Amino acid sequence: MSDVILSIKNLTANVDGQPILKGVDLEIKAGEIHAIMGRNGSGKSTLSKIIAGHPEYEVTGGEIIYKGENLLEKEAEERALDGIFLAFQYPLEIPGVSNLDFLRVAYNAQLKHLGKEEIDEFDFEDLIEAKLEVVKMNPSFLGRSLNEGFSGGEKKRNEILQMALLEPSLGILDEIDSGLDIDALRIVSEGVNQLAHPENAFLLITHYQRLLDYITPQFVHVMYDGRIVKSGGKELALELEETGYDFLDEKVAAGVA
Amino acid sequence: MSITASEQAIAAMDNITMLDLSLAPLLRLAEEGNPVFNAGSAGWLREVRIQGAYRVSHRAFPTRKDEDWRVTDVSVLRKTHFRQAAQTSIQSHELDVFALEETAASRIVFVNGIYAPEFSDTSALPKGLYVGNLAGLSAECAADLVNYLSQQSRNLDVFASLNDAGVRDVAVIWADKNVVVDQPIHILFIGKPEDQPVAMQSRCVAIAESGSSLNLVEYYGAATQGCSDHDQQLYFNNTVTEVWVKANAQINHVRIQREGGSGIQIGNTAIAQAQDSRYHLTEVNMGAQLSRHTLTLNQNGAQTETILKGLTMVGGEQTSDTHTAVNLQHPHGTVDQLHKCIVDGSARSIFNGKVDVPQNAQMTNAAQLNRNLLLSPKARVDTKPELQITADNVKCTHGATVSQLEDDEIFYLRSRGLNEYDARHLLIDAFAAEILNTIAIPSLNTGLVNCVACRTID
Repeated sequence: MSDVILSIKNLTANVDGQPILKGVDLEIKAGEIHAIMGRNGSGKSTLSKIIAGHPEYEVTGGEIIYKGENLLEKEAEERALDGIFLAFQYPLEIPGVSNLDFLRVAYNAQLKHLGKEEIDEFDFEDLIEAKLEVVKMNPSFLGRSLNEGFSGGEKKRNEILQMALLEPSLGILDEIDSGLDIDALRIVSEGVNQLAHPENAFLLITHYQRLLDYITPQFVHVMYDGRIVKSGGKELALELEETGYDFLDEKVAAGVA
Repeated sequence: MSITASEQAIAAMDNITMLDLSLAPLLRLAEEGNPVFNAGSAGWLREVRIQGAYRVSHRAFPTRKDEDWRVTDVSVLRKTHFRQAAQTSIQSHELDVFALEETAASRIVFVNGIYAPEFSDTSALPKGLYVGNLAGLSAECAADLVNYLSQQSRNLDVFASLNDAGVRDVAVIWADKNVVVDQPIHILFIGKPEDQPVAMQSRCVAIAESGSSLNLVEYYGAATQGCSDHDQQLYFNNTVTEVWVKANAQINHVRIQREGGSGIQIGNTAIAQAQDSRYHLTEVNMGAQLSRHTLTLNQNGAQTETILKGLTMVGGEQTSDTHTAVNLQHPHGTVDQLHKCIVDGSARSIFNGKVDVPQNAQMTNAAQLNRNLLLSPKARVDTKPELQITADNVKCTHGATVSQLEDDEIFYLRSRGLNEYDARHLLIDAFAAEILNTIAIPSLNTGLVNCVACRTID
């Protein structure tokens, strides 16, 4: 299998006029799980939002090709409908919108995009109950307002539930492990592992090697100052855990010198 | 110029007539309308009117120098030459816009403030409950109504006094002791604007005797061609509703202000709650170019529960002002107030909420929140939550927020496949839903949800 899902070449981007990405290259193929690690401010969350189409970020150069098409020409919702899913680091709380209604609206938007008939409420409830299993969520969550008053772990499980429903080709998990206790981390990770198959791909953004104990990536990349400076297999994560990110400073300093 | 009966009375009571000249035309209009009398009310109703006129004559027309009217300019009432709204009727198709399937046989209708029996039907309501107008009340009950009508309004603003001075007809809802009525009761005040500006008054008294329970829907609308939002005819509706919730009684009250788009409504609602009573209000203000709702609630006994939910949705050049004052006077009272405003165009919304917790209102639990959503750069919000606490063993919170739709919220929804337009609407609808969902009458709820959606179509 060598179907390329995502290909990023020399991507540069600004936020409020400040360069944040300074030339990112990344290729993700079907069936692969990649992890990007790095310090706060290295640009890894920015990269995830740019792939998902956040309008606040200005792409200044390079390209992102998704399934052979120029992704940068598409609006955020078109990217979502084409199979890109970003699980948020901080999922938003939307009081007044029931979780169930929201999930149905999102699912129906996808059906409509595919030229299919919208699903009715009863059929949808059957569908979503099966998906609840993936993240071991109590059906009572469906009746509550979207993410309102959810704990950190509940919000993240809700993100994975949405992903399980929408079945993306590319799932991007932005610090899905932050704020999770070990039980919630296990549930979330097992959810992702159940969803992974040879036709789709995942990109994990994380600070910590801990997540990679549960979801095993084939590729680990280290981001530093807006670039991917090192790539390797899963052992790279362990190495980082051992040495910390300080070696990067030395390496960059040496490079400059 | 002829002198009316009450001006003579005023002159008799007071050597110097202090009537503010800008109030004189409105007072004269109020007095012109012939009241509906019956055997039990003939005597005291005339007295209510005279007393009202007397109070008007001792007040000034509110200006922006008055703290309570600081941000709401009502000078249009002074500058406009109003005529008395005709005692008229409507076509039955005009009623269809307002009729609710749930209240087809539990509804009373007033047109321009006067009872319209041909559109009223109370056949679904149980015994032990009176729902109708003043004239239909038994002589005995009408004689007893003197203990209620104007007993609260007399302490309110000049517009309430003006309403007293011009009481013509009264919607009366009166539940006997321990009568529990689940069926919602629809009190429909329909205005019929004309090409020339007309003035009308609406009046309502609701009494839940001890241990009784009522569900009231008080609705103000205009019979117009097409959606009343776009109506061009200026008119003035001055409304007063007095509510008594006796010991251990409950009233669920929905008040919808959906006046015509060029109408003006100045409304007063006063509520007296006895010990162990429960009063739940959901008010929705959507109509009128200029509206003011002043709510005055007194907890007159211990363990009293008050829930106030409000939604104001204005756009274009509308101004809508909600002033609430809740006075706790006894221990263990609870107040839960949430007022939300959605403001678009160059519209302006005003919220002033006062909760007074004096020394003897110990163990009070009061929460007040005003949340505002601005949809345009020219929209304006004035908010003033006020807590006055003298008691020392209470739990009280208050706050106000003003926000726009957040880019991050919209992005979150777009990243799930919703387009920007749908995402914005979902967020606006959700903001309104928190209030509208408290209305337990499905057809009314659906109608209002549709109005919210319709009004935010770009």
